[in-house]
Amino acid sequence: MRSQLLQMAASRLLPVTMILSLLVFYRGHNDPGGGFIGGLMAAAGFVFYALAFDTREAEKKLRVSPLMLIASGLSIAFISTLPALFAGNPFFTGEWVSISLPFSAKLKPGTPMLFDFGVYLTVWGIMLTVIFNIMEE
Amino acid sequence: MNGILIYLLALLITAIMSPAIIQRGGRHAAWLLGLISAAGFAMFLTYAPLTASGGELFLTINWLPELYLNFSLYLDGLSLFFALLITGMGALVLVFAGKYMQPYPLKHRFFFLIILFEFAMLSLVLSGNFFTMFIFWELTSVTSFLLVGFNHEKPEARNAALQALLITVSGGLAMMAGFIMLGQAVGSLEIPELLQSGALIRNHPHYLPALLLILAGAFTKSAQFPFHFWLPGAMQAPSPVSAFLHSATMVKAGIYLLMRLSPVMGGTPEWKYVLTITGAITMLLGGYFAYSQTDFKKVLAYTTISALGILVLMLGVDTDISIKAAIIFLLVHALYKGALFMIAGLIDKSAGSRDLRKLGGLFRVMPVAAVAAIISLLSMAGLPPMIGFIGKELIYEAKIGLPDIGNFLLAAGVLTNVIMVAISLALIFNLFLGPLKYPGERPRRPALALRIGPMILASVSLVFGLFPSTVADLLLRPAITSIRPGIGTLKLALWHGFNEVLLVSFVTVAAGVTLFLLYRKVNPVLTRFNNEVITFRFADAFNKGLDFFLSLTKKKTALVQSGYQRYYLMAIFVMTSALAWYQIAYSWKAPEFIAVTPPGFYELMIVAVIAASTIYAALAKSRLAAILSLGTTGYGIALLFIIYGAIDVAITMILTETLVLVLFMAVIYHLPKFTNFSSKMSRLRDAAIALLAGGFMTGLVLKAGQINLNPKISEFYTENALSMAHGKNTVNVILVDFRALDTLGEITVLVIAAIGVTALLKLITKKGSAT
Repeated sequence: MRSQLLQMAASRLLPVTMILSLLVFYRGHNDPGGGFIGGLMAAAGFVFYALAFDTREAEKKLRVSPLMLIASGLSIAFISTLPALFAGNPFFTGEWVSISLPFSAKLKPGTPMLFDFGVYLTVWGIMLTVIFNIMEE
Repeated sequence: MNGILIYLLALLITAIMSPAIIQRGGRHAAWLLGLISAAGFAMFLTYAPLTASGGELFLTINWLPELYLNFSLYLDGLSLFFALLITGMGALVLVFAGKYMQPYPLKHRFFFLIILFEFAMLSLVLSGNFFTMFIFWELTSVTSFLLVGFNHEKPEARNAALQALLITVSGGLAMMAGFIMLGQAVGSLEIPELLQSGALIRNHPHYLPALLLILAGAFTKSAQFPFHFWLPGAMQAPSPVSAFLHSATMVKAGIYLLMRLSPVMGGTPEWKYVLTITGAITMLLGGYFAYSQTDFKKVLAYTTISALGILVLMLGVDTDISIKAAIIFLLVHALYKGALFMIAGLIDKSAGSRDLRKLGGLFRVMPVAAVAAIISLLSMAGLPPMIGFIGKELIYEAKIGLPDIGNFLLAAGVLTNVIMVAISLALIFNLFLGPLKYPGERPRRPALALRIGPMILASVSLVFGLFPSTVADLLLRPAITSIRPGIGTLKLALWHGFNEVLLVSFVTVAAGVTLFLLYRKVNPVLTRFNNEVITFRFADAFNKGLDFFLSLTKKKTALVQSGYQRYYLMAIFVMTSALAWYQIAYSWKAPEFIAVTPPGFYELMIVAVIAASTIYAALAKSRLAAILSLGTTGYGIALLFIIYGAIDVAITMILTETLVLVLFMAVIYHLPKFTNFSSKMSRLRDAAIALLAGGFMTGLVLKAGQINLNPKISEFYTENALSMAHGKNTVNVILVDFRALDTLGEITVLVIAAIGVTALLKLITKKGSAT
């Protein structure tokens, strides 16, 4: 089932889905979205790609193995809990810094954001691991 | 205190770097590692004046203070005493191991493990919080497991390692439960705070269970009867491990814990009886088996058990003099036993055997090592002018004039020491004096790296014996004061006049010499007696129990686990809905629909679509149609979520529905043709289960409308999401901030599931390709 149309659509859609998934992840803190949903969307993009080509092509496009995504995601989620220890707060306390940007904009990155990114990577990796494995069957 | 923290980190880094150091550093690399340990010794020595003047240091880093879980360090006389013991022994053992482990191909791994152990053990005695201590306690068990099983190609080594691990770790878990009880009673597990709350704990209703649980940990670690048998088994480890872990330090962790807790939990009748009786039995048992062994290392292992018994006994007696005796005997024992284990390794290396019957006259080959060994053995026998003599005299002094079972304890103690004297003399005469005997090639003179450790330890035994006051004020008295505050000066001397203690000592030595003269006749008889008459072996009984447990669980698994997914699903659905039905029926009230706003047109339409597509999915004749209509159901539910404002849930639902549909599309070609496998009966059964489960959900939803659980929870989240967690999306804030620990747990579970799927599918694919 190789369809030229499908393949073209998939390769054009993949970057769009990825950007969208990152956007959804980023806005998650204040609007609907977040790491879980973002991860699912990223996975959907690659699954669509794998449907149009095959899983090997999709893994090549991904560059790293889905297991690597899981491992780094889980590590990032765990590491994000540690800064609190150095700040003298209990484990898992959210720590925030405020960075002032030009035009009176403010960027407020914090450990929950990092944690959410870990969730994003983990969910993305898990979905791909499971689905690619089943599709290879 | 920061210096200590930095040293601990440095030691950890050294452990990680040690494989590279050993592989790249040439033949003398281990000296560098020994030097790092010796630097620690020197650093701790600089703290001695502080603790000698009664000072203490405390440092805490919050971790989970709500659960009393903090990383804390605490330094007082007692922990300093142990820290010096660990770093000092560590330096000598590392140098020794550098030569001893030379022929092993995996020696870099060995050094990593033994330095990791040193780090764990040092952190254990410096812990200022009992949970911190527990973590390092378990780390010492794990490193001990890996070191005992270091020669992992030998099944005996693997077996002994597993046994040691299971016993010490299960004791450790019991101990943790005891710590939790202490924490609940006091509201803290910081050692300085616990030291203040002794009366509270001793009068607490949970005192006895907490004490027994903690003792389980201490007794398993310190090889007390009936858990003693793992220690002789652990002699499978290379000699440096036996010298370091299984005589000088790790097995003393239990003793350390008892000393730490003595001011908090000690002094009660329960404490006294359990400790003295266990200690006395262990002491006698170890002595007897030591006398009847022929393997040098086994002799040492059993005398170690005996010595640990003496220490527990002394702590159980719990008088000023007995605590003094315990601290001094601990030092005495570490000095001579560490030296002797190294000597055992050295003899094994150069003469090719540890069998006492095959060796003799080794003094001619290795005079320096022999002198070190003889000094250490004299210290073990408790003869002057070694420090062992002072230790033994104090132990006698502690036992004389005790009420109750005091006379029995004294008799048991004399008997044990008689055996120690006999064993020491037998070892001196059999191994080093008389005509030269060896099983294989002529023994070579051992290298300096092998000799230096025993030499230093033996000279310390001698110097401390001759000039005991050098060490008494600086190190021993602060350690004793940590256990029993307000103890006076500590006067140690070889000569303390004619008194009943000296008389008992004379009797001991005389009887010991007699027993030694009988050694050659009695030992073979006892060995045969042990092998033929005492058929009960603790280690075997333990293994049998383990096998029995494994076969039991295998049977249980075969009974419960069918391996068919449909049965698992049925079990889950039936059990969940039955339990929930019971609860719903138990508290049933007619649902009140008044409060509910009537559903609008869109809602009704969506519900109708959901219902129709569900029914169609159940009746569909084609798999594709069934899947697509199930998808319709899912999207319908997502639409309902949108109408009621749960956007996050709706998005998640749509995405998962899509992914599942896509997945089905991918595999649909590979599935067998859609046929009707199930009989009418099983269809009816499935329908009944479905009705049960569906009905229970309906009941649950209706019920949920009646119950309003504490509304403060959701209010708290919505009110504080922005102010406390800087986020407007409450759902997301709950997930990544308020309840982030739950989320971490959930994604970990998902990861495990993904690994499970991978393993399952890869396994099936492999099997498929094999056939």
